[in-house]
Amino acid sequence: MSLVNFTAREITCKIVYYGPGRSGKTTNLQYVYGRVPESRRGRMVSLATQTDRTLFFDFLPLELGEISGFTTKFQLYTVPGQNYYNATRKLVLQGADGVVFVADSQARRFDDNMESLQNLQDNLLAQGVDVRQLPVVFQYNKQDLPNDLILSRDEMDDALNFRAVLSFGADALHGTGVFETLRGISEIVLKRLATGSAVA
Amino acid sequence: MTVTLNPLYRFDTFVVGAANRLAVTAAKAVAESPGTVYNPLFIYARPGLGKTHLLMGIGHAARAINPRMAVEYLTLDEFVEAFHAAIAAGHGEAYRKRFLDVDLLLVDDVQFLTHRREMQAELLRLTDALQSANRQIVLTSDRPPAEIEALDERLILRFGGGLIIDVSAPDYETRVAILRRKAEERRATFGDGVLEAVAQLGIDNVRELLGALNRLIAFQAVSEKALEPEQARVLVGGKEAGGKKADEREADGKEAGGKEADRREAARAEIRSASSGAGPSAALSSAAPGAPAALPSASVASASSAPDEFTDFLSEISATVAQQVDAWKSQVSAAILRWGGEGYRTARLEALLEQEMVRDPGQELRAFEADVERLQALQDQAAALAPDLAGSPAFKDPSDIPAAEALLQLTRDGAQPPPPPSPLWLLDDLIEGSGNRMALQAARAVAEDPAKRYNPLVIVGASGAGKTHLLHAIGNALAPRAGGLVACLSAPEFTSELIQAIDRDAVGTWRERYRHVGAFLLDDVHLIADKDRTQDELFVLFNLLFESERQLVFTSAVPLAAMRGVEDRLRTRLEGGLVVDLPAPDQEIRQQVVARELELKTGSRDPELAAYVASRPAESIRAAQGLLHRVLEAAEAKQVAPSARLAREVLDGTPATPSRRSGGRSSGIVAPTAGGARSREKMVWDWPDISERVLEEWR
Repeated sequence: MSLVNFTAREITCKIVYYGPGRSGKTTNLQYVYGRVPESRRGRMVSLATQTDRTLFFDFLPLELGEISGFTTKFQLYTVPGQNYYNATRKLVLQGADGVVFVADSQARRFDDNMESLQNLQDNLLAQGVDVRQLPVVFQYNKQDLPNDLILSRDEMDDALNFRAVLSFGADALHGTGVFETLRGISEIVLKRLATGSAVA
Repeated sequence: MTVTLNPLYRFDTFVVGAANRLAVTAAKAVAESPGTVYNPLFIYARPGLGKTHLLMGIGHAARAINPRMAVEYLTLDEFVEAFHAAIAAGHGEAYRKRFLDVDLLLVDDVQFLTHRREMQAELLRLTDALQSANRQIVLTSDRPPAEIEALDERLILRFGGGLIIDVSAPDYETRVAILRRKAEERRATFGDGVLEAVAQLGIDNVRELLGALNRLIAFQAVSEKALEPEQARVLVGGKEAGGKKADEREADGKEAGGKEADRREAARAEIRSASSGAGPSAALSSAAPGAPAALPSASVASASSAPDEFTDFLSEISATVAQQVDAWKSQVSAAILRWGGEGYRTARLEALLEQEMVRDPGQELRAFEADVERLQALQDQAAALAPDLAGSPAFKDPSDIPAAEALLQLTRDGAQPPPPPSPLWLLDDLIEGSGNRMALQAARAVAEDPAKRYNPLVIVGASGAGKTHLLHAIGNALAPRAGGLVACLSAPEFTSELIQAIDRDAVGTWRERYRHVGAFLLDDVHLIADKDRTQDELFVLFNLLFESERQLVFTSAVPLAAMRGVEDRLRTRLEGGLVVDLPAPDQEIRQQVVARELELKTGSRDPELAAYVASRPAESIRAAQGLLHRVLEAAEAKQVAPSARLAREVLDGTPATPSRRSGGRSSGIVAPTAGGARSREKMVWDWPDISERVLEEWR
């Protein structure tokens, strides 16, 4: 996981949006894509099925320009949420600097969230990554839905966020909470620079 | 507990002006001869005028003169704390003893003695004890002793008995000098009139003045344009004559609604914005590549004017990245602070900060640290040879290791072994007679039992009595048991070595040559008369060697009591051991010496000749040997074997040479046979041929 390359003066952050199918991962990326000035965004690569389900993964490169003499690049990925694409998920997850777990706030998707979270941990473990060491934030999407259909942020926290990491409520479709989430994960990832691969 | 002396607080970093000249002079005098001139020395001044600097300067200077001097610096609070701790632990006596062993006690901030009766009593006792032991005590306070509330009258008297001196606020010129010196130290350059403008503001507290300078440096580091004098004045916040605090001043300015306040505020804001986020490096790095949020956000802001999530995101991320990426900068800054604080020159690291791109800062830091380690190793080696070299600036510049190595080499050269005794003269070869028996016995005792029985041993005898001979013989005999090298040299040699050392600025190294010797033998000690510096050095060396139980032997041609121009402290020390007389050799010794010399030169024994030569009046062995040599030369000239008869002829002039008066030129004076100048050797028989010279002058 090469985060800071002092020789090339480059910082590259790979952030993976993880979560159950249809929880809004791609929507997150699309919203970000829509807000980025053209000069700064790469081509969003989306391999979708005909029904707009992510088949392989989405990839959104963001050029943040030169910061403190470092060319800073963010790479946002999503994984296909459906169970049967686990090989792809593993592939995408490789070398991730941070993970945004996009959970579906609807009460009926509760088990899917749990399953996906479990899957995340399994996949990380398979790659020798300790989930406790990897920057992870939660985004509880679809908080705009009627209250009787969804679980509140607190309830979601209770259910998923047992490590008490950062969590955000969001309405990815309209953009609420999208950048907050991205900012949250970015800061955590970047802060690891100081302790991680920075000047040793 | 005791604070070590701040390496930056030395006399040479103290800017001397009219206001503090007297105090500095007194402080230097005290440092040069602690315990003798002004004891106690009491310096008082308002805070920020350099009391502590002076105090530590005394400590540094005294240590530079005598590295073994026990210097203790502490603030009164520490003094009190130590006392309480000692009392609590039941070690009150040990505490007192600890300070009584200090040669130079520096106590800072004694104004806190107010209402501390037990501490006052303790300090009184200590002052008395130190004073009576000729140990120096220097105190500082922010007010004169008489104004320290509830201070024991006796303490006031004690302090008054030494020297009470104040440091007043620096005048304009001194302020400019201070600012210039400090700016130079920080390697900051300012335009004409900037520092002068700041000095004009009437900030008379040096600490505040340096604070102002820091502000200027910080501002200059982040602004593109050079600072204007007027700007500097605004920035520092032109202080009204009074001692108002910064915020008061600001408030005043705002009330007045003056533009100045606004400008000042703007200038400050500029600093704040420029330095925020860049962390500790802001003040240090003049290029301020860290100026974080500003750059990217500014470039993006033009893209859209509406609240832009991405722009916000970007600027926040930029700040974070800048902070994190600049972590190396703070690491370098921390390293600068750390090594700078330890006195190392950090220009190399500072240059690093000014660079936009550093390939591998970690490696640079490691290289720097490796250099520092190397310097430390060199310094340790040098310090082992000459402790006062430990503080040499050459060991503080990691960018110039060759200089440090050169200095070490120089130290090694200088620290070559001291001159040894001449191997020609051995104690066993000395001929013992009734006259020199005592001296020889003392010499043997010293050689057998160095530093235990007679220390120092002083051999007094007229010139030619054989002192030098005996001294070297003692040196040779001491060598196996002295526990170190034996130094044996004459006083003039000692002085000339010292002069050379002063000339080469290597006195410390030179001292070291002698401080570790096993025995120190000095010939003709009376010749140090009126050589003050030599006497000082000898005095220190004497004490040092004496205390570490090294044998000292001196010879003198003048009885100690009759020695003039030698300080009493040294003379009395010489008298403290054993003083033996080495009288001029009597005939018995002379005969033996001559006989041995004769045998050495001719290979034949001729007791009659030896007895005759020895019977001639001679002040010294050398003179007796001289007589023999004359006989031998005459024998050689005449190509006859040396004999008593020839000797009589040569030395006595009998029988008279018939051709004396008619043939050669002569003085015309004939020695009366029974006169004072009986001996032919007193007469000049062969005058030089002056005719040519006379003619020449005549022409």
